[in-house]
Amino acid sequence: MTNTPTLARGGAGTSAPRRRRGPRRGRRGGLPPWALPYLLLVPGIVVIAGLLLYPMIQMFVMSFQNINLRVIRGVAEPEWVGLDNYTQVFGNDVFWSSLRNTVVFAAVTVTLTLAVGTAVGVLLQRLGRGMSTFVVIGIMCAWAVPPVAQGTIWRWLFDAEAGIINWALNLLPDGLSTLVLGRADWTGEPWLNDAWSVYVVLVLTVVWASFPFVAVSVLAGLKGIPAELYEAARVDGAGAWHTFRKITVPLLRPVFAVLTVLSIIWDFKVFSQLYVLLNGPTNREAFNLSLFSFAEAFKAPPKMGTGAAIAVVLTVILLLVTAVYTRQMVKQEDLT
Amino acid sequence: MTPLARKRLTRIALNGAGVLVFLFAIFPVYWMVSTSFKANDQIFTTDFIPFPTHFTFEHVTKVLTDGVAGNSIWVYMRNSAVVALGTVLVGSLFALLAATAVARFRFKGRTSFLITLLVVQMIPCEALLIPLFLNVRRLGLYDQLLGLIVIQVGLTLPFGIWMLRTFVAAVPRSLEEAAWIDGATRFTTFWKVLFPLVAPGLVATSIFSFITAWNDLIFALVLMKDTAGYTMPVALQFFFGQRGTDWGAIMATSTLMTLPVIAFFLVVQRRMVSGLVAGAVKG
Repeated sequence: MTNTPTLARGGAGTSAPRRRRGPRRGRRGGLPPWALPYLLLVPGIVVIAGLLLYPMIQMFVMSFQNINLRVIRGVAEPEWVGLDNYTQVFGNDVFWSSLRNTVVFAAVTVTLTLAVGTAVGVLLQRLGRGMSTFVVIGIMCAWAVPPVAQGTIWRWLFDAEAGIINWALNLLPDGLSTLVLGRADWTGEPWLNDAWSVYVVLVLTVVWASFPFVAVSVLAGLKGIPAELYEAARVDGAGAWHTFRKITVPLLRPVFAVLTVLSIIWDFKVFSQLYVLLNGPTNREAFNLSLFSFAEAFKAPPKMGTGAAIAVVLTVILLLVTAVYTRQMVKQEDLT
Repeated sequence: MTPLARKRLTRIALNGAGVLVFLFAIFPVYWMVSTSFKANDQIFTTDFIPFPTHFTFEHVTKVLTDGVAGNSIWVYMRNSAVVALGTVLVGSLFALLAATAVARFRFKGRTSFLITLLVVQMIPCEALLIPLFLNVRRLGLYDQLLGLIVIQVGLTLPFGIWMLRTFVAAVPRSLEEAAWIDGATRFTTFWKVLFPLVAPGLVATSIFSFITAWNDLIFALVLMKDTAGYTMPVALQFFFGQRGTDWGAIMATSTLMTLPVIAFFLVVQRRMVSGLVAGAVKG
C-alpha cells in the first residue's frame, strides 16, 4: 500500500498535512474514534427502526383501532375500539380454521421437510463426487424457483383436466386405485376445490421447494464431522443405523435446531404459494393466518384493525416458537 | 454374496436413489419449461407428452408482445429488475457499513444491536404489511416502485448484515493494520483493503437480497395500483383471471421469472448455506 492512492482516495478536501496526523485518529478532524462504529450503523439503524420496529409498534396499536376506508384515505382519525378487534377475530370461525390450517400445515411440512432433507443430505455424502454434484444441481433448481412460480407449477401439475398427476393416478391398476384411494378414474378430479386437498398440494409444493436447503445444510454439517469417528464406530462393529443415531444425530444437533426453527418460521407464514393455489383470497375454509389477515385488511371493505389483530396473534406465536432459536444462536455466536 | 458384489450393489442402490431425488426435484421445473414450448394441442391433453414434439415459441412470443393486463411481460420484468437492483444497491451499501461496524469494533450497544437483528428476522413480514401500506400512502410513495424498493431494503437488511458480518470478520485484521501503519486513511483502508476482500461475500449477500425482492408478491400486490407498475409475481396472477387458463402463456412467464433466479442460485449456493446456518455448522 503506497501513499499515492491515499492522497487520491482520501476524499474531498483531504490534503497532505492530514495524513501526518497519524492513522489512529479519526479521519475528519473532530471525529473521535469511538464514534466511528455508530456512524457506520446510522443507515442500518434508521432502516431497521423505521421499517421494521416502528411498524411493529404501529401494528400493535392498530389492532386496538377501527381503521376503515375513511381512515385509509386520510379523511378520518382512527377510532379506539379496545379489544373489539380481538373479540371479533376470536369469535370468527374462519380464524379458528385458519389457525388449525396454519399449525397443522407447519407441523406436517416441517417434519416432512426435515426428514426428506436429512435423508437426502446423508445420501449426498455417500455418493461419489460426480453424482453428488449432479444431484445438488438438480435440487438447487427446485430450491431456486420463486414461491409464486412454485405455486403456479404445482397448480398446473394438479390441474383437473390436463394435469400430469391425474394422468399418473390413472396409470394405477383400477382395482388397486379403487381399493386404496376409492376411485379408478381421476380425470377431472378438482384438487384445488376443497381445503384438505389444497393443503395436500401445498404440503407437496413447500416440501419440494424447501428440502434442498435442509439437504445441503445437513451435507455441510456432515462434512464437518471427522471421518475417524465413523472409522472407530465401524471397527467397533456398529451398524449404519446405530452410527447414524449415536454419532451423526448428536453432532448435528445444533444444525438441526437452526434448520427446525427456520423451517417453522417459513412454513408458519407461507403466503405466495397458497395465494396462487387458491387463486387469491377466495376459499375462506382454506385460509391460513397470513392469508386471513391479508383478506381482512385488503379485501373490500378493508378492516385493517382486524387484520392487524390477526397479524399480532401470528407474530406472538412465531416469537414464542422462535425464542428458542434466538437463544441458541446467541449462545453459539458468542455475541459479546 | 462376496463383499465386492455387495459393495457394487450398494453403489448401484445409492446412485439409483440419487437419480430418483434428482428427478423429483427437477421434474416440476422441467415440466414448466417444456410446457412453455409445447403447442396448445399438446398442453391440453389427458396424455403424457414428455417432450414438446411440436416445438413452438408462440407462448414466449405472445407473452412478450401481447403480455397480460395490457402490458408486455417486458414491462413487468423491467419493474421487477428495477425493484430488485435498487434494493441491492442501497441495501448492500447499508449492510456493508453496519457489518463493518459490528465485525471490526467493540462498542456499547453492539450485542443489543446483534440481538435486535436476530429478533426482527422473526417478525413475519406479512404482519408488517398493514402499517407499511399506510405509511407508504402517507409518504406519497403509493403506486411507485420507489416505495417497494424502500420496503425491500428494510426487509432484507437484517439478514444482509447478519450474513455479511461473518465475511468481514474473516478478513485478517493485520492487513488493515499494515495499511494504517503505511499511513492510509480509514477510508482508504476500507476501500482498498477490506472492500476487495469482502467483495465475494457482498456478491452473495446482494444476490440474496435480489432474489428476495424479485420473488416478493404480497407487497407488490398491495402497493402497486397501476398495471404498468406491476412486478412479475403480480402480473402472473392476471393470467388466471381470463376465460380458461392459458397454461402455455403462464408457464412461459413463470420460466422467464425463474431462470434468472436459478442462474444466481447456482453461482452462490455454497455461500447461501454458510450464511443461513452461520455458526451452527461449525460443529
